[in-house]
Amino acid sequence: MTTEQILVGLASVLAAAAPVMFAVIGETISERAGVINLSMNGTILLSAMGGFAVAMTSDSLLLGFLGGMVIGALVALVVAFSSITLHQSQVAVGFVLAIICRDLAYFLGNPYVAQSGPRLNTAPVPGLAAVPYLGTLLFNQTLVTYLSFGVILLAWLWIYKTRPGLMLQGIGERPAAAFVRGTNVNAMRYLYTILGGAIIGLAGPSYSLSVKAGWMGTISGLDGIGWIALAITIFGGWNPLRAAFGAYLFALLQWLGLVLQSSLPNVPSQVLQVAPFPLMILTLLLVNIGNAEWVARTLAALPAGPRRVVTRLLRALRASPPAALGVPFESE
Amino acid sequence: MDVELRDIHKTFGKVRANVGIRLHVPAGTIQGILGENGAGKSTLMKVLSGFIHADQGAILLDGRPVVIHSPADAIRAGIGMLHQDPLDFPPMRVIDNFVMARGGSLFPGRAAARRDLKKLAAQFGFALDPDAYVDSLTVGERQQLEIVRLLWLGARVLIFDEPTTGISAAQKERLFAALRLLADQDKTVLFVSHKLEDVEGLCDRVVVLRQGYLVGEARPPYTTRQLVEMMFGKAISIGKRVPCAVGETSLRLRNLSVEDYRLKVRGVNLAVRAGEVIGLAGMEGSGQGLFMRAVAGLLRTTGGRISLDGRNLTGRSHLVSKRHGVAFLPASRLEEGLVPGLDLTEHFVLAEKKGGFFIDWEGGRALAEERIAEFNIRGTPASHVEALSGGNQQRALLALLRVSLRLLLLEHPTRGLDIESTIYIWSKLKERCGQGTSILFVSSDLEEILQYSDRVLVFFNGRVSPPLEAAEMNTDRLGELIGGKGWPEEEWVEEMTADG
Ligand SMILES: Nc1ncnc2c1ncn2[C@@H]1O[C@H](COP(=O)(O)OP(=O)(O)O)[C@@H](O)[C@H]1O
Ligand SMILES: [Mg+2]
Repeated sequence: MTTEQILVGLASVLAAAAPVMFAVIGETISERAGVINLSMNGTILLSAMGGFAVAMTSDSLLLGFLGGMVIGALVALVVAFSSITLHQSQVAVGFVLAIICRDLAYFLGNPYVAQSGPRLNTAPVPGLAAVPYLGTLLFNQTLVTYLSFGVILLAWLWIYKTRPGLMLQGIGERPAAAFVRGTNVNAMRYLYTILGGAIIGLAGPSYSLSVKAGWMGTISGLDGIGWIALAITIFGGWNPLRAAFGAYLFALLQWLGLVLQSSLPNVPSQVLQVAPFPLMILTLLLVNIGNAEWVARTLAALPAGPRRVVTRLLRALRASPPAALGVPFESE
Repeated sequence: MDVELRDIHKTFGKVRANVGIRLHVPAGTIQGILGENGAGKSTLMKVLSGFIHADQGAILLDGRPVVIHSPADAIRAGIGMLHQDPLDFPPMRVIDNFVMARGGSLFPGRAAARRDLKKLAAQFGFALDPDAYVDSLTVGERQQLEIVRLLWLGARVLIFDEPTTGISAAQKERLFAALRLLADQDKTVLFVSHKLEDVEGLCDRVVVLRQGYLVGEARPPYTTRQLVEMMFGKAISIGKRVPCAVGETSLRLRNLSVEDYRLKVRGVNLAVRAGEVIGLAGMEGSGQGLFMRAVAGLLRTTGGRISLDGRNLTGRSHLVSKRHGVAFLPASRLEEGLVPGLDLTEHFVLAEKKGGFFIDWEGGRALAEERIAEFNIRGTPASHVEALSGGNQQRALLALLRVSLRLLLLEHPTRGLDIESTIYIWSKLKERCGQGTSILFVSSDLEEILQYSDRVLVFFNGRVSPPLEAAEMNTDRLGELIGGKGWPEEEWVEEMTADG
């Protein structure tokens, strides 16, 4: 392969990862606040269909994306209401919603199957697109891909660098402590769940209006993506940058599978298709190595200075879920 | 700030937690709030700090009525509270915990906050590393963080709910010094405790709560008798040391060694007689926990021999030693001892281990009722364990134990309990000693160690003293040993071998 081919391939990886990225970041925000939005798989399908239908009827891409966001926000509202206000299990409600939304998408989407509709074009950034290497890789993409870059950065900045973001971490970690610091925990949970849902709702139209343009009903090939996004959220340790890394790694492994298939005809294609999954699990294990007892014992033997550095490093790598994930909060 | 509570009422279902409480605390005072577990102290303080709503009543600050409906209102009014267990964010860093609640700008301004944190901490002699993660701090340090955080938010009234539970003696000294300094700075300090000695040494004045009522007030010089009578409505005496009639040697440890990656405990020799009580003293994490778990069969020993009634238990699991009459009650009652979410009947049914596939609920309830009466547990067979107060949880744990035990291992059996519960628990434990059960217990309360043990093992950084006669010890000497002072270099080792 030429350098140019590799760059174009990598650029396609970035583009292909964009919809998953929205789902992962949206879910990360929701779970940071303590609410698991398990409906994601259905939301993605429904917003893909809905976004396509809206864009086709109105002939407006913008309205299509907005439609997807509204759908995502509404589904998230159901999750929030049933868990925060009605104290129902987030897992049960989310799971049922995932199925309902999927079937609804197939049912309501019937009239739109295989119709031609609007599609987002690449929008090279003037000036930057001509920069060698980086231009091809980063600045010759669609608006959706640029938006996915922006969402990653914004989410990360918000969670780690702003005051409300710190409190967002706190709400998912220990709602009672957030409450005594003057936060209206349940209002914030509503807000972040709905916001997260709206971002998840961008994933669908990103497929149906850009990455895999069109609506193909049951053979759209979108079923299952939500579950993968859920796994990547966990892999990403509820940190947008790590989650982004996970999503890109996954898209990259899939692309490599496709590329290698032609150069390694002896390897059954199934192996290459499935390989990304165990590789993800392996990475996850490596990243969380700091939890192991033998690592702690080895560290104890180090002198204090290096030990502190290594401990902090492992600490930064390690991820544990927000402690109050899925736990309702009620002030007394 | 001058604080006045007028006619505070609060009920939880049928429980009357606060009944018409009136309290007036002028600025610059350390006000003690004393009462046994469940007296309603925390409830009253949570009302003042906006954490819960009073059913009725008014709060006046500097003579003006204020409406406090949420912690946000309280913070705005200048009231801050340190909750019974620190309400902070363990996986986050000190600096992030510190800056979090302050409103205003979008960005936290960590650099300036870091300077403020250091300045405030220095004022009180606290050593807080802004970049440390909170879960690596001790409870005492987490309190220190909360104090400076609340001051930074502009708190002028500070509430401390049972702050002396779970902190070291040195940290307690530092805390008390900080409280005095706060009072000197004209802050209002409300200090909640169920420990007389804390209140006596610190507070300018004391009120006593009992079963939701404010039953009395006192000013220094306090007399212990008067405070105890107010707390419990009757005089309680701790009683004299009663050494149990001890029998044959039951537990024998020879050269026992155990270690984890932090600490090594080497070559402990000990012969415990039936009915004897051995207290294990030492700062938290000096090796007592390892030692206990090794004896219980929960940790693998790295050397030596454990035998009970002549039976070799070395290297056997806890299941085996349990079968031979060993029981272990860990410090964390709810995490390791009881099952939150299950009620008392279910606990007794689980503990009985009767044969049969189906559960005999009738029998279980009857058994639960019987034990509840016998152990004086405030609860019903249908009470969930997490709803019980600490003292009642501890009673439940004791009630769950098998009747005939040879060896009982206890960690902090009375931590967080008031005097009455403590005395009760120990009367039950001594009853068992009378039946020939030997007891090994860990405690950070020196008085408790000396009061109830026959002999004492002191742990310091993995080193273990030979068994010392409790009757010949006093708290000063014990305190020194715990702090690592007065340890002879070699001769103790000789003595220990001779004894084992
Ligand atoms: N959230 C609650 N729900 C039900 N009962 C409660 C609650 N909080 C406290 N209580 C009850 O109110 C009484 C007073 O409790 P508390 O104020 O915590 O006592 P203290 O702090 O003096 O030990 C106890 O009987 C306790 O069981
Ligand atoms: Mg309390």
